[in-house]
Amino acid sequence: MVAASFKFNIDGIEVEATEGQSVIEACDEAGIYIPRLCHHPELPPSGNCRVCTCKINGRHSAACVTPAAHGMVIENDTPQLTSDRRAVIEMLFVEGNHPCPYCVASGDCELQALGYRLGMVAPTQPYQWPERKIDATHPDIYLDHDRCILCSRCIRASRMEDGKTVFGFEGRGIAMRLNVDAQGGLGETQMAAIDKAASVCPVACIVIKRHNYQVPNGSRRFDKTPIGSDIEAKRTRRQS
Amino acid sequence: MSDVQVSQPQGNPLKGRLGPRKIVIDPVTRVEGHGKVTIKLNEAGEVEQARFHIVEFRGFERFICGRMYWEVPVIVQRLCGICPVSHHLGAGKAMDVIAGVDQLTPTAEKMRRLMHYGQVLQSNALNFFHLASPDLLLGFEAPVAQRNIIGVIEAFPQVGKWAIFIRKYGQQVIAATGGRRIHPRLCIPGGVNQNLTVENRDALRKDIDQIINWCCEALELHKSFVHSHETLHETFASFPSSYMSLVGADGGMDLYDGTLRAIDADGESIFEGVRPVDYRDYLTEEVRSWSYMKFPHIRSLGREDGWYRVGPLAQLNCCAFIGTPIAEIARKEFMALGHGGLVHATLAYHWARLICMIHCAETIKKLLFDDDLQGTDLVASGQRRSEGVAIIEAPRGTLLHHYAVDHNDQVTSANLIVSTTNNNEAMNRSVTKVAIDYLAGHEITEGLLNHIEVAIRAYDPCLSCATHALGQMPLVVTLEDAEGSVIATRIKE
Repeated sequence: MVAASFKFNIDGIEVEATEGQSVIEACDEAGIYIPRLCHHPELPPSGNCRVCTCKINGRHSAACVTPAAHGMVIENDTPQLTSDRRAVIEMLFVEGNHPCPYCVASGDCELQALGYRLGMVAPTQPYQWPERKIDATHPDIYLDHDRCILCSRCIRASRMEDGKTVFGFEGRGIAMRLNVDAQGGLGETQMAAIDKAASVCPVACIVIKRHNYQVPNGSRRFDKTPIGSDIEAKRTRRQS
Repeated sequence: MSDVQVSQPQGNPLKGRLGPRKIVIDPVTRVEGHGKVTIKLNEAGEVEQARFHIVEFRGFERFICGRMYWEVPVIVQRLCGICPVSHHLGAGKAMDVIAGVDQLTPTAEKMRRLMHYGQVLQSNALNFFHLASPDLLLGFEAPVAQRNIIGVIEAFPQVGKWAIFIRKYGQQVIAATGGRRIHPRLCIPGGVNQNLTVENRDALRKDIDQIINWCCEALELHKSFVHSHETLHETFASFPSSYMSLVGADGGMDLYDGTLRAIDADGESIFEGVRPVDYRDYLTEEVRSWSYMKFPHIRSLGREDGWYRVGPLAQLNCCAFIGTPIAEIARKEFMALGHGGLVHATLAYHWARLICMIHCAETIKKLLFDDDLQGTDLVASGQRRSEGVAIIEAPRGTLLHHYAVDHNDQVTSANLIVSTTNNNEAMNRSVTKVAIDYLAGHEITEGLLNHIEVAIRAYDPCLSCATHALGQMPLVVTLEDAEGSVIATRIKE
């Protein structure tokens, strides 16, 4: 049975969607980019980061967890929403330790790329400088907790895709931290480098060892085109 | 060329009448980093002691502990915006050792060499043209407002052109090999992450002959300065010393790799063929309370006699020959200044620096016509080790990186002996000599400030690197009495 299709409007553009799609999924398919961090197309949505928040029918909602519906009127690319998203990104930067100049993910980091796309020059919030340690106990993977933005992609991937429960959150609110299900660190878990959880981190929190800096400057994922360009290219191709 | 106006040493009119005094120059200008000079006078008003203090601190050796070892070449290059490549390559070589790789692929080795020679070319050009040439070409006593690179460009337009384009070329080499001009990324443990594209190679080939010619013309201009100021050149801030540098297996100049050679003031060997891994058997470092910069010395000679000089002058004094033709001819002419012995003149650092620039440009040319640079075998592998030591000849001299790594791949300890640190005692001696020769009375005159700075600049010190600093790079001179009370201070921004 073919899912019913319907239309909604985002920033004055009519988008066709099918029943069961979220707003962000329908927009991705239509080639309209809604900034996001915790959303991953191969994982169930979680609505953690709030970067994809749009004004839907006059109310703020996260596009990744809002089902698309007929006749919706959505604001996405507006100065106010861009400013709000930039504020969220800034807070993520200052609540962790993100030294882009030498980070292994620089040029390939979704947080950094979003900072550039949203015009974040430098954080306006005070740096928190949290003291966090690297968990390098696993022979093939290390966890750099300095970089974690609590997106939960690894938690979802480990549970839904890998059939494991390697990752979970501990604590609440500002004290929330990513943890692993072994006292001795990642090395004592069932985690493997081929796991989905090892490849979905948007920053450089979960990193495969000894494979870093292998892509030269200029050839990294976001060196030439901003984040979201791949999605927007679909619409450009369709129009041409 | 304008005449260099040098105030002659004068008798101290206050000698015997004044109590002990101490002069402080803080901060020192036109050097990379933040330092100050104090000159202490005795009861008779004579210079008792002069010290070059490094008053900045960065602590890289401490805060890279706990990081993953492959991050280190990218982190430690942030020590410096002038010579990041030297730290990138120094750490990269040490990480090769950690990764168990003793022999890189030809493409990897030559890519690193190309980047390094580009770096030495641009950094030496920066020192000679931008920092030192205003003193040499406009005169030590020229007005401060004029004695800078803009003044040089106005008075000697061709020098301005060389300054800009030679440095730019070196930076283009760095960008072509490491993705950007400052803080590039090329080294990964056991190799490199890219080869040289044909487009970049052809763009660099186009200008290299012009760069070599300009380096040679700059050398000729400098020689004319030396020949018209022979006594000044030979005696200013000068003294006999030992020297140390890397040399290749054949004894020739090699700025990228080799073994350590140290010679005494007569040119006799102190040690030869010292592998980086054995450095602790031959070198040790001393901490003194008044400076963040340590004092390395040759272990067998002790702290009083074991100090030495590094950098272009040492590179020339230590090597048996230079493997590129124009630089080798220039080396022979340079060494004749020593009348069969070594060249000890402190200002000769600049002459030696220009010869190194010619050597770098010639080596770059040679590499640009080597097809290995377009090879695709970029990384070698080996059996992991827990410790790695590497040495490279940075623009300012011998640079040593030493790391230990645990079984989780995290750095547990680091020791960096930086070129400027190696020259610490020598810079202090040069400052002392200038203070003795040029201090007249208890006033910190403009002439004294200038001469002290000229002496320090000869070494092209990088104080940021040496303390593993932030901020501006001005000169502060303080005059202190025998009890350590400051009686005069002068600051030059």
